[in-house]
Amino acid sequence: MVAMAVLAAVPLITASNVVLNFAVMVLLIALVGQGWNLLGGYGGQYSFGHAAFFGTGAYATAILQMRYGVNAWLGFGVGIAAGALVGAAIGALSFRSGLRGSYFALVTLAFAEVLRIIASVAPITGAGVGTLIKLDLRPEAFQFQSRAPFYWILLGLVGASLILVRVIEGIRFGAYLVAVRENEDAAKALGVDAMIIKLGAMTISAAITAAGGCFYAQYFLFIDAGIAYGPWISVEALLAPIIGGIGTVFGPLLGALVIKTLGEVTKLATGDAPGLDLVIYGCVLVLVIAFAPRGIAGVVDDLRRRFRSNATATPAALDHGRG
Amino acid sequence: MVSATILVPAVLNGLMNGAVYALVALGLTLIYGVLHIINFAHGALLTAAMFAAFFAHQLFGLDPYIAALFLTPLFFLLGYGLQRFVIGPASHGEDRNSLLVTLGLAVIIENALLYAFRADTRTINLPYAFDVVEIGTAFLAVPRVVAFGAAIAVALCLWLIMQWTDTGKAIRAVAKEKLGAELTGIEVAHIYAVTFGLGTACLAIAACLLIPSYYVNPDAGNAFVLIAFTIVVLGGMGSVVGALLGGLFVGVVESLSGLYLGESLGQIGIFVMFILVLLFRPNGLFGERV
Repeated sequence: MVAMAVLAAVPLITASNVVLNFAVMVLLIALVGQGWNLLGGYGGQYSFGHAAFFGTGAYATAILQMRYGVNAWLGFGVGIAAGALVGAAIGALSFRSGLRGSYFALVTLAFAEVLRIIASVAPITGAGVGTLIKLDLRPEAFQFQSRAPFYWILLGLVGASLILVRVIEGIRFGAYLVAVRENEDAAKALGVDAMIIKLGAMTISAAITAAGGCFYAQYFLFIDAGIAYGPWISVEALLAPIIGGIGTVFGPLLGALVIKTLGEVTKLATGDAPGLDLVIYGCVLVLVIAFAPRGIAGVVDDLRRRFRSNATATPAALDHGRG
Repeated sequence: MVSATILVPAVLNGLMNGAVYALVALGLTLIYGVLHIINFAHGALLTAAMFAAFFAHQLFGLDPYIAALFLTPLFFLLGYGLQRFVIGPASHGEDRNSLLVTLGLAVIIENALLYAFRADTRTINLPYAFDVVEIGTAFLAVPRVVAFGAAIAVALCLWLIMQWTDTGKAIRAVAKEKLGAELTGIEVAHIYAVTFGLGTACLAIAACLLIPSYYVNPDAGNAFVLIAFTIVVLGGMGSVVGALLGGLFVGVVESLSGLYLGESLGQIGIFVMFILVLLFRPNGLFGERV
């Protein structure tokens, strides 16, 4: 709550577009990453193709507005639904075939690539040229004079996704999901319908990530196949939760803040060097997996526990430590 | 219907390409069959090898076919080192982690190449690049014929290594029963690294065979790897014979669908085939083990 209040105040403190742009990118990756986190972090199904949902949301919003004159807010909703639908379809196909682990990662990657190729040749997506959303700075058209309203809307979306995941954590569905992650066969043996649970998680996960895509289209007013369905978004979607703390509510937000800060620092330090920020992301990813598999959240947790056990070194605590 | 004068060259060209695909797939399937991880860094390593072959020619004037003699052991060592000192220790023996570590390596290698060499596409000029041999009605480019022969020879060598050498036997033992192999005194971490090294060495050879007739940019390897994934899944993860046959098959399918459907749709054809095989025959058409 406190964190959200502080974040909400950002546009009031600064009018700098650079700062707001940065904050928007952090929140966007946090949102997209939260989608991945639900399926990958809680459900243990590592998708390498979340771009499929991001891109579908983005294209649905843009195409509905530009080709069919649909209201932008309605388009936003439809975009999320379209992303969810694609998620459900890919999920149904792959889970029904029993794809797990590496196979699931591969098939999601392949679906995202197929969509990217289709989007880069199909006339409806503007093919190689991409799709522009016409500038129309009215709130009814989901466009604003300043960046602040965009920021608040995105913050609202991130807040909603945090609450949603927090709620899922607490209900039976969330417990089943974690059970499937820990041991799918055992969960099945205990009567959990793993197929339905995974499918549900994938659908919600896709919807959250699609919301990020819809927002992207509305904020930048331009998308093409490489942006919408490109591998960059699939990679950032999984980087954020893994670095921040996989399977934790705040992991994606924390991770997004870290990778975007790293990206900016790299850019400042080296000028505009293409690729170098991604080299650093890659290194951070490998280092986190090697030395802090539970991400920043895990490190903080360990430190807090250590600090607490030092501060309250009662005999009972010591006994516990020894046992 | 297209007449035989077009069909036969298309099939032959498909076979030529397919042999190189098979070589790339061979490395992938070997690593999967033994380590049970999908090496997402395979494409980036292939690109790195292509750059190495390119610069061996630019800087030292080495013919790619001669450069292969140096690059193959070099990439074996690179692969060995990566698995032994990075992927193995970093993933703590968890499949999910090794998936992410190889993805991380792919991101690092690809973007380091992008940073160093920019997105420019480079080619090398060789005197024999445009020579052709005539087989019936088909004219085949010499580099492709060489690539075909070499790829088949490498696959055969690899098969012989796996069947007859002690290391090959150890690799097969680890692939079948890791714990049992460890109990008989096989050092699993070493065998894992050797396997990864062999897989990477295949890429160095593939790169040297490709570079005379292909281009290189920081993204070049990826095109091959998605095809290689298709082949590996098609041929059965971990099957050497499957990779070889799958490679030739995919080469022909690609060539024919390019002929009938045009280039961009031909590309989709491969992905669709990939997804269909993953969904309906995830163990592949020849699902045997290494």
